[in-house]
Formats: sequence, C-alpha cells, structure tokens
Amino acid sequence: MVSRLRSFFKGTYLGLMLLFLYAPIIVLIIFSFNESRVMGNWTGFSFKWYAKLFEDSTITKALSVTLSVAVLSALSATIIGTFAAIGIHSMRKRPRAVVENISQLPMVNPDLVTGISMMMLFAFLGFKSGYMRMLIAHITFNIPYVIFSVLPKLRQSSDSLYEAALDLGCTPMQALRQVVIPDIMPGIVSGCMLAFTLSLDDFVVTWFSSNGVENLSVYIYAAARRGISPMINALSTLMFVAVVTLLLIINLKSMKEERELAAQQKRLRAAARP
Amino acid sequence: MKRTMFSYPYIVWMLIFILAPMLLIVYYAFTSDGGFTFANIIDALSSPSYMKVFFRSVWVAVKATLICLATGYPIAYILSQLKKSTAAILYVLFIVPMWMNFLLRTYAWQVLLDGRGVLNALLAAVGLPAQHLLFTESAVMLGTVYNFLPFMILPVYSVLVKLDKSLLEAAADLGANGLVTFVKVTLPQSLPGIISGITMVFIPAITTFAISGLLGGGKFMMFGELIENQFITLQNMSTGSALSFILLILVIISMFVMRRAEHESGQEGGRLW
Repeated sequence: MVSRLRSFFKGTYLGLMLLFLYAPIIVLIIFSFNESRVMGNWTGFSFKWYAKLFEDSTITKALSVTLSVAVLSALSATIIGTFAAIGIHSMRKRPRAVVENISQLPMVNPDLVTGISMMMLFAFLGFKSGYMRMLIAHITFNIPYVIFSVLPKLRQSSDSLYEAALDLGCTPMQALRQVVIPDIMPGIVSGCMLAFTLSLDDFVVTWFSSNGVENLSVYIYAAARRGISPMINALSTLMFVAVVTLLLIINLKSMKEERELAAQQKRLRAAARP
Repeated sequence: MKRTMFSYPYIVWMLIFILAPMLLIVYYAFTSDGGFTFANIIDALSSPSYMKVFFRSVWVAVKATLICLATGYPIAYILSQLKKSTAAILYVLFIVPMWMNFLLRTYAWQVLLDGRGVLNALLAAVGLPAQHLLFTESAVMLGTVYNFLPFMILPVYSVLVKLDKSLLEAAADLGANGLVTFVKVTLPQSLPGIISGITMVFIPAITTFAISGLLGGGKFMMFGELIENQFITLQNMSTGSALSFILLILVIISMFVMRRAEHESGQEGGRLW
C-alpha cells in the first residue's frame, strides 16, 4: 500500500514536470492551427499559416540560412576537428595541455562572451559579409565539441595500428583513411550530430556575429517584440514533428536491433546445449 | 610527416578565432584612446545602476539554480530507479523539448502568463483570482528555470544511473533506513553530477539576455542584457568589454569554486571507504 502510494506520487511528480516542460510547446502547436493572427485568442481552426509559410520570403530565407549554416558548419567543424583531435592526441604533454585548454574556451565561455568576442574580431578585421561571419562563428564554436567527442575514441584505439599501416607502405593519408578513421567513426559521427544541432539552435553567437543576416532564432527574437506570426508556430511545429519522428525511428530501430540480438543469443545458447 | 601536423590547420584557426577575440575583449577593457587604463573597469564597478543589475542577475541565477536543483534532482532520482526501458523512454521525453527553438518556447510563456492568457483562464475556471505574472521578476525566473532544468536533470541522472546498487544494499544490511542511505550514500555519490549541473545552469543563467528580454519586458534587466545593450544599442566597446571582463572573472571564480568542491567531494568519497 505504502509503496503503491509512493509510486503514485512519483508518477504524479514526473507527470507535472513533463507538463511544465511541454505546456509552451502544446500552446505553440495549438495556435499554429488558429484562424486569428493573435496568439492566445482562439477564433477557429485553420491550416492557412502552413500554406502561407512557404510563400513568406523572410521566413524561407531565414530557414535556408539556418539549415545551410548548420550543414556547412557541422561538416567543416567535423573535418577540421577530427584532424585536430588526431594531431592533438599525439602531442607531447605540455603543448597538448595548452591546446586543449584553449579549445575548451568556447565550451566553458558564456555564449554571450563568445558572440561578443567574435563580433569584435570581425569589426577589427573589417570583415563584412554577414553570412560568412555566421558560418565562421558557428564553425568555431562547433570544432571543440567535435574534438572532445573524437579524443576519447582515439584514446581507446591503439596507436600501433597507424604505425603498422605506415610500415606496410601506406602514406599517412591512406593510413588515416583506412585504419584510424574507421576506428574512431562513432566519435566523429556523434561530434558531427552535436555540431549540427548546436548550430541549428544557436541564437546568442549569431545575434552578435552575423551583422544583420538572420537565422531562424534571430528572426524570432527580432519578431517577438511585435508579436510572432503564427507562420513561425507552423514552421516550428513541422520541425518539431520531424525531429520527434527521427528520434522515434532511431529509438525503435535500436530497440529492434537489441531484441534481435537477444533472440540470436538465445538461439545460439540453445544450439550449444547438448 | 608527424601526426601532430594534422592539427596545424586547427591551431591556426584556434589562434585567430578563439584566442585573438578573447584578447580583444581584454584589450578594449583596459584601454581608452589607445592608452592602458583601469578606468573602464573602475567606472563599471562604481556605477550603482550597473552593479544593481549585476547583483540582481547573480541573485536571480542563484535562485534559479537552486530551484532547478530542488526540482531536477528528484526527477533524475526517480528516473534512475525505474526499469531501464521505461527510464529510457522518459529520459527522451525530458530531452525532446530542447529540440524546439528555445526562444519560441520562451515566447510561448508570454501567451501562458499574459493577463488574459491561458494560465489566468485556468485560474478563473477554478474560481481563483487572476495573477499578474508577465513582465515581472518571477516571470524571468520561471523562464530561466524552464530553459535550464534539463541541464540539471541530465548530469545528475547520468551519475545516479551508474551508482553501484550494492552500496545501497550494503547500507541497508548495515541497518540504515531509506533516508540515512540517501543522505550518506546516494547524495555524496551523486555530488559530481550535482556540481556539473550547477555549472551548466548557473553560468548560462547569469548571462542570458533573451529570457529577460522576452519575459521581463525590459523592466528587469539582467547582466547579459546590459552587456548586449552596450555593444548593440550604445556601440560602447570599452564599457561593454569592461563588463564582459567582469563577467569572465565571475565565471572563472565560480568554475574554480566548483572544481574545489568536486575535488573535496572526491576526498570525501575516499573517506567513505
């Protein structure tokens, strides 16, 4: 009885906290189907904001900036960061500590400071292109995340594999491509995914560095002062649904794989029994 | 070719885009008209209005961090005790909200908290008086807790889930009840998670300017907003850099304190054995 009461309280608590986390999301999704332009004032069901969304040039432009910067910055950061990690891994202790500490700066620094420092650098260099500014800033804050997700994988893999590949006649590039990189691939992939999502959602660094070019976050922040159009609700509903579907597919797939693996092991054990 | 050479392109990048920008902040914070000076820092520190904003931000961030800890720790604890498959699903549920743009989620709180908003409609439905919440300090606090709560849950959960269950059994065998086991075993063991949770909430909470901008209505300026104003609205690089420098010092101090706490908790863990 007591334990049932206890688990009831636990369940209620988790439920309430989930409600707290999801309440704004539910509101956003509901009002994406609202007839009226005003969020909070329900006048009737409508799909019109979904239709209008793709005709609005400001929003589609912000969306394409967001997506292209996310893809380009994640890929560049992954390439630069993976090579950097491979190099850092074989450095001697002192220089290695220096490089690792400086690399941690964008991760531990508040976004605000990273953004401001980038803005000052671009102003100092007289570098104007907003899109390139944004891209460089995003690559910069992404690289450390790639480095620090690849480094642990390098520590797990054996250095002598690389030496062996060289001894067997590989060029350093070949040895990397055929021996080292496959070994650390999980780290590279998770670093790349992390970089992509960080770039996709970034507001603060972009706000300071992009010189007026808008990604979705900057567009939303600027628009919030005069009231956000339900088109943005519609867009984020679509993006949210896409992400949740993707997560579901990945989770279901890994659950299915686990189950198959378990079934296979069971069969093997059964077969091994005399 | 040595393997270290693979990192050279990055090192060039790092020097230009990570180190140089930081040095620029320090440079602008300590110069005026090209000459070295402490004036920017001293002016910032002796301005009552700046310091009021500074202490308010620290205070709001401390409170928000404590609320995140008080509400997030139980969530992580309950999750860590559930069956693995159930916990995995719930864990994802707690992370999914972060996949929607945080500005938009914060903006949605305007709709919820508004005088004629959803929350007041619910209150009216059960016969309670309407609350004036939007554009108050409580609204900023709520937005901060809302945005950073997952950052408290994640590290605590990842520590608790790895906790050696035999320790709890040993404590029970030795006669400790649930509460004593929690205070003497679970809590000290989860300290590293708590510490990294606190760092992940406190520092962003001090520097956020979007949340106070959206939910404070410009009336409850936070330190991040103050710095943003200096750079974007006033174009005042010197004061802005001086304020950023003060912020950096605060970040360094809080990280140092956290490292010390982590170190000490490690020793305490050692004494447990």
